[in-house]
Amino acid sequence: MLEVKHLTKNYGKLIAVTGVSFRADRGETIGLLGPNGAGKTTTVSMIAGLLSPDSGEVLIEGKQVKSDTDPVKLKIGLVPQDMALYDKLSGRDNLTFFAALYSLAGAKAKQAIDDVLNLVGLSDRAGDKVETFSGGMKRRLNLAAALLHDPQILLLDEPTVGVDPQSRNAIFDNLEALKKRGKTLIYTTHYMEEAERLCDRIVIIDHGKMIANDTLQGLHKLLPVTNVIAIDLDHADGFNPEQMLPLPEVKSTELVQGSLRVGVHDLSRGAPGVLRWLAENGHSYHHVSSEQPDLETVFLTLTGRSLRDS
Amino acid sequence: MIPFLALVRKDLKLFFNDRKAVVVGLLVPIVLASFFGYMFGGQSGKTETSKVPVLAIDQDGSDISRGLITQLGSDKNLDVKPSTLDVAREAVRKGKATVAIVIPKDFGKDAGHALFTGENKPELGVLYDPSHNVELGMVRGILSGAVMQTVSKEMFTGKSGREMVNESLAQFENNPRISPEDRKALRHLLNGVNELNEQREREGESGQGTITGGLTMPYETREQAITSGKDIEYNGYAHAFAGMGVQFILFMGLDVGIALLTLRQSGLWQRLRAAPLSRTMLLGSRTVSASLIAGFILLVLFGFARVVFGVHILGSLAGFVGVCAAFSLMTAAFGLMVAALGDTVEATRGYSIMATLIMVMLGGAWVPTFVFPAWLRKLTVVVPTRWAMDGLDAMIWRGLGFSSALAPIGVLLLFTLLFGVLAVMRFRWRTE
Repeated sequence: MLEVKHLTKNYGKLIAVTGVSFRADRGETIGLLGPNGAGKTTTVSMIAGLLSPDSGEVLIEGKQVKSDTDPVKLKIGLVPQDMALYDKLSGRDNLTFFAALYSLAGAKAKQAIDDVLNLVGLSDRAGDKVETFSGGMKRRLNLAAALLHDPQILLLDEPTVGVDPQSRNAIFDNLEALKKRGKTLIYTTHYMEEAERLCDRIVIIDHGKMIANDTLQGLHKLLPVTNVIAIDLDHADGFNPEQMLPLPEVKSTELVQGSLRVGVHDLSRGAPGVLRWLAENGHSYHHVSSEQPDLETVFLTLTGRSLRDS
Repeated sequence: MIPFLALVRKDLKLFFNDRKAVVVGLLVPIVLASFFGYMFGGQSGKTETSKVPVLAIDQDGSDISRGLITQLGSDKNLDVKPSTLDVAREAVRKGKATVAIVIPKDFGKDAGHALFTGENKPELGVLYDPSHNVELGMVRGILSGAVMQTVSKEMFTGKSGREMVNESLAQFENNPRISPEDRKALRHLLNGVNELNEQREREGESGQGTITGGLTMPYETREQAITSGKDIEYNGYAHAFAGMGVQFILFMGLDVGIALLTLRQSGLWQRLRAAPLSRTMLLGSRTVSASLIAGFILLVLFGFARVVFGVHILGSLAGFVGVCAAFSLMTAAFGLMVAALGDTVEATRGYSIMATLIMVMLGGAWVPTFVFPAWLRKLTVVVPTRWAMDGLDAMIWRGLGFSSALAPIGVLLLFTLLFGVLAVMRFRWRTE
């Protein structure tokens, strides 16, 4: 559906994007994850045809966008990071205008507008001026405007910036519905939980470079520790966690407020050995749980920096 | 065609949806044009101008000085009041009086002698406000006429005049610098004046009327305004509404440019560029919508001027429409050029407002170009607003035919082309 090959874009001496490659199939959601200024928006702009890459190419069903009026553009819907709406017009007038940009008029346009309003749950407010909408409603209308011409690929550039949790969930529901319809979503974000919830594959970009491109599970495998076993000991006083390090699969140990935290590379192989060692050495416990490292940890491991602090 | 029409319709909708801005945008030029129109002649072209405040300081107290002040006071353009030197000086300094005329002691006597001998002319003091040079020139002209009339009247008809004639006769006889031939001729002239005075005195006693006005200007003027037709008076509002129309439409064009500059930095621009629309369509639609808005503003302005102030298109209507259309297109292209050349919104707004005001000023939208120095008048042909103003004036109140609109239309279209090409060449299409 979408192939991004070795995209590079420089602004003078500033390297905005270099060597970014990935592909997205029908119904797949790709997350472009990275801190602000990492090159995510530049990558999306090149996919949408707003920017010409210095090198590399973007193929949509095997075809490049060659001109401003190239019909290939009809396959793409863009949800810009900034609100792309006319505040002084009503929601319906906005959608009528954006539909007309794709030559949709009359009954066809009306049907498309009703469909997208229904999808984003704004049918009852369509006649109101956008300036009266809440931030979340504007974001949903911003999404709706990109769907009018029924594009196969949806480029979403941080579509939940500045919205409340309720509206964010509503947008996620909309995106999941679109995914079920077989749409390909390219989703840029610096929120790890969004990428974890929505994306089939995650492309991590930092300083314009692609540093990872994998499924969530695949990214976890890049880490030395894929799971942490948390064991609440009955008697933690005097317990030395380092004595467990020689056990197979155990990569790290620490004692935090009476809770023993053991990092293992493979949970199914590591957990039995750990629990057995505790029983054999007379250490009783009352609660056991396992945790998977989040994308923050992945980013930290890959870049040496925290995603939020970048 | 659907996208193009949608783009134009959207611009018009955004313009008309902002009703407060529309009302203010129309009200301000109407108010200013009404004011300027009134100031520059009003509906009949004869709006009464305020009188020039003049103070007269009579240090002479003679018949001539009193007559002079009376003569000045009778002029419809002057508001003459008596004063003292110190008070008058302070009043002129504070701008409460434009001119103060100081009539020195013995002015009447000295002026009477000087009338015949040309020697020892007395000085009239004139204190004036330097910010009123035009009025000074007018007062000086009125003063010259009044002095001649008053002094000559007294010389030929007044009691003191007869005394002065006799004194002058005595002076001639003893003046070695006058040749015998000249002395003879002057004696003959002054004796003639004496005879005339005696005759007038007799006529006055017998009740018969006579001419006692003194020397006056030996001509009168018959003024005739050459307008578009017989019995059609110049309407000062015609030029004012054209001028303010030109100014505010240029500002509208400026707003279009600034809005485009702002748009280019927004998500809306990304959305527009992501759609399969050509660059020509994006800029072309903006040109058409801006031109339509400009046309609307002109329509309302001249509609108001017609209904309220009786401004009619006395020349070719087609020519008027042509000039308006060409100017509207030029304005739209100017707006696009602003957007293309501008960098930040703030800096561009400053530069372009300055450029617009200069164009408006040099184009004659504020004051007609005939008050400019000759070199500046020649220079202003490179300013598009000059052509717009000339074209509108020609079609509205000069009452000229369509052929007179061709040059302004042609030049305005050339400017449209120039600005349009610059805009397309320099427009930065890359999203920010």
